[in-house]
Amino acid sequence: MSSVNDRGRRDFLKKSAIAASMTVAPGVVLQTLQARAEPRTTAVTSKVRWGMLIDTNKCADGCNDCVAACDKENGIDLVNKPEGADDALWERQRPHWIRHVKLKDNITGRITNLPMMCQHCEYPPCVDVCPTGASFKRADGIVMVDRHICIGCRYCMMACPYKARSFIHAEVAEKLTHTPRGKGCVESCNFCVHRLDNGQTTTACQDACKHKAIVFGDLNDPGSEVSKALKQYPSVQIRDDLKLNTGVRYTNI
Amino acid sequence: MKKVHFSEWGIESPKYWGLLALLGVVIAISGGAAWYMEHNGHWVTGMTNQIVWGTPHVFAIFLIVAASGALNVASIGTAFDKRLYKPLGRLSGLLAITLLVGGLAVLVLDLGRADRLLVAMTHYNFKSIFAWNIFLYTGFMAIVAIYLWFMMDRRMNKYYKPAGIGAFLWRIILTTGTGSIFGFIVARQGYDAAILAPMFVIMSFAYGLAIYILVLLYAAKLDGREVGDKVLFRLKNLLGVFAASVFYFTLVYHLTNLYGTENHEYERFILLDGGVYTALFWIGWVFVGNLLPIALVYHPSIGKTRGGIIAAATAVVLGGLATIYVVVIGGQAFPMAIFPGKTVLSSGFFDGVNGQPFLYSPSLPEVLLGIGGLALTLLLTFIGIRVLQFLPVTLSDEAMDPHHVKS
Amino acid sequence: MTGKRSITLLAILVSGLLAGLGTAFAGEAVEGTAKADKLEHCVEPTPVMRRRHFEFIKHQRDLTVHQGIRGSKYSIAGCVDCHARRDAQGKPVPVNAEGQFCDKCHEYAAVELDCFECHSTVPGGK
Repeated sequence: MSSVNDRGRRDFLKKSAIAASMTVAPGVVLQTLQARAEPRTTAVTSKVRWGMLIDTNKCADGCNDCVAACDKENGIDLVNKPEGADDALWERQRPHWIRHVKLKDNITGRITNLPMMCQHCEYPPCVDVCPTGASFKRADGIVMVDRHICIGCRYCMMACPYKARSFIHAEVAEKLTHTPRGKGCVESCNFCVHRLDNGQTTTACQDACKHKAIVFGDLNDPGSEVSKALKQYPSVQIRDDLKLNTGVRYTNI
Repeated sequence: MKKVHFSEWGIESPKYWGLLALLGVVIAISGGAAWYMEHNGHWVTGMTNQIVWGTPHVFAIFLIVAASGALNVASIGTAFDKRLYKPLGRLSGLLAITLLVGGLAVLVLDLGRADRLLVAMTHYNFKSIFAWNIFLYTGFMAIVAIYLWFMMDRRMNKYYKPAGIGAFLWRIILTTGTGSIFGFIVARQGYDAAILAPMFVIMSFAYGLAIYILVLLYAAKLDGREVGDKVLFRLKNLLGVFAASVFYFTLVYHLTNLYGTENHEYERFILLDGGVYTALFWIGWVFVGNLLPIALVYHPSIGKTRGGIIAAATAVVLGGLATIYVVVIGGQAFPMAIFPGKTVLSSGFFDGVNGQPFLYSPSLPEVLLGIGGLALTLLLTFIGIRVLQFLPVTLSDEAMDPHHVKS
Repeated sequence: MTGKRSITLLAILVSGLLAGLGTAFAGEAVEGTAKADKLEHCVEPTPVMRRRHFEFIKHQRDLTVHQGIRGSKYSIAGCVDCHARRDAQGKPVPVNAEGQFCDKCHEYAAVELDCFECHSTVPGGK
């Protein structure tokens, strides 16, 4: 536990330093920010497997905070509807990384709310089918797309059992430095990989959830919050019949 | 059987160039459509994040499937030693290549990053059935080209049979591979079925032969070559058998699906209340594609007329397009069972709210691109038969059978 | 296709062209406003960079995407951060805008510049 506390203290000190520098010398803010981030210098390994536990009991009906946070964090809100595009059609064409789903059990009538995104499978069907290897799983369990070699065939979208992927249907004028995006490639949730690579340990959706429905962390570390929660509460994988060993788990579905 | 002679397509120049120009215009329009989609992005098409493969894929898969089937005529002559089919082999090999080129052109031009074709050639993920298909397709073209060479070059004639058998085995693997593109998709209920692979093989037999019959009759008619009843009736009877086989596989596919309760929703969608997909299934796939050609081909009088046979072959082609449409797009339109046992009340990303199917309506550029693939196939075929000796001088009954008595 | 539709289409084509030129978002770039303008040379001596910059960032791109290594002296974000100039209002000008750092040379050498189909063209994200 001490390491977690250490990190918290370090973060606090850095944040104070930034706050101070912003008031004292606005010109050096950028450099301070860079210094604060600790970008990786070594390759990710399978010692870590990133994962998530979502408590559907806490996920609130009508709340869209995680979706909005994801859209902002990953520049999805910068993807504009092309001029002349049909509204209804564009709604089905624009990218989504995370979505709010409301379910009703056919027999009991019980209502469930949950966020749905890439489930970061250990055996991802999208990786199996990709002809070029653009769809791949990183050593730390994050399933993502290498846009440099994606040819836009969309076979991964056919294969994904969770409908987690989006194809970029139009040119993107503005994009974020940490989330490149362009017409003709496929993309999906990557657990905010740029945050993790820069030393942060949370995802945008998790930070945004005021109901604390999302717990994120290292599944391989028995001491992580997510591992402890998984041990304590019964959880399920969506479409567990496919035996994909997903990195995203749900409780109280 | 007398010795068979072959000759180049001898239609008058203006007619030939006019035909090429006409096909050229169609291809140019189709190229413009491809450029329009590529330049703007796929938002100008009907394709979405739910229906990710649209009309171009229907045409592309139809042409690719038909390509392997078109080779059948040659295979029957070589691999199974049916002498009557030997004079038909050259055109069969040519059509196999041109159909494949047409289909692949459509497939490639629909890629989100068609400019990265080189990447597809240099980066491979060998677990992907799609990557295997890249090898299966290019290999198919090479092996059929060698097969044609051995068939047409007297010096190489002695190797012609092994090449023919090789090509035959390759085409079976190829169509199995194409069918497996869908059969391996566990995520979608309509696709996750092993029977799709053999069903695609049998579909390829029917589509390839239908196109073969149409092209042969058209090419022969234009420069006055005779296609005798002996050959034609043999081909049309075969077409009837193939159409019936597709029908049989269709029955088995849906009956096995109906056996498992988990597939009932999907079957209800395709067979009963899927709107356009249900209509296309019954009218296009079953009636036009299977029952109508069977009836035409085996009808005691219509089945013996050129018009009847042409109608039957055309019905197989149109029904085939409907079949692929139902498989490819119908299979995607049916909402995936992400949450079995639950009804989706609302979703930020169209998860089939209240079991509603996903919407798709084909856009004009998509259709134009698909038709362009067909035009490219015909253009290459006509150039081929014009410059090389693909067509037998005659397929008259006397030529095919010396004992034939003219009635 | 209706007349209205084709006009919209034309408008999209034209606006796409403008966006491509990068002139729609920022004014004239002011010389000397890029960090690189004040530096002796890049992360390697200039001749090396001229010849091998793509090699460097291509190698880095695979390390970054597949292994998560981001703390390296070769990075496209670094290129953009350092080489983007600003206009009179202090707004960054895209590096691939006409006459700007990346565009000028690629235009001269007639080499396609594909990075910015996806990558940000100005520092700091937007």
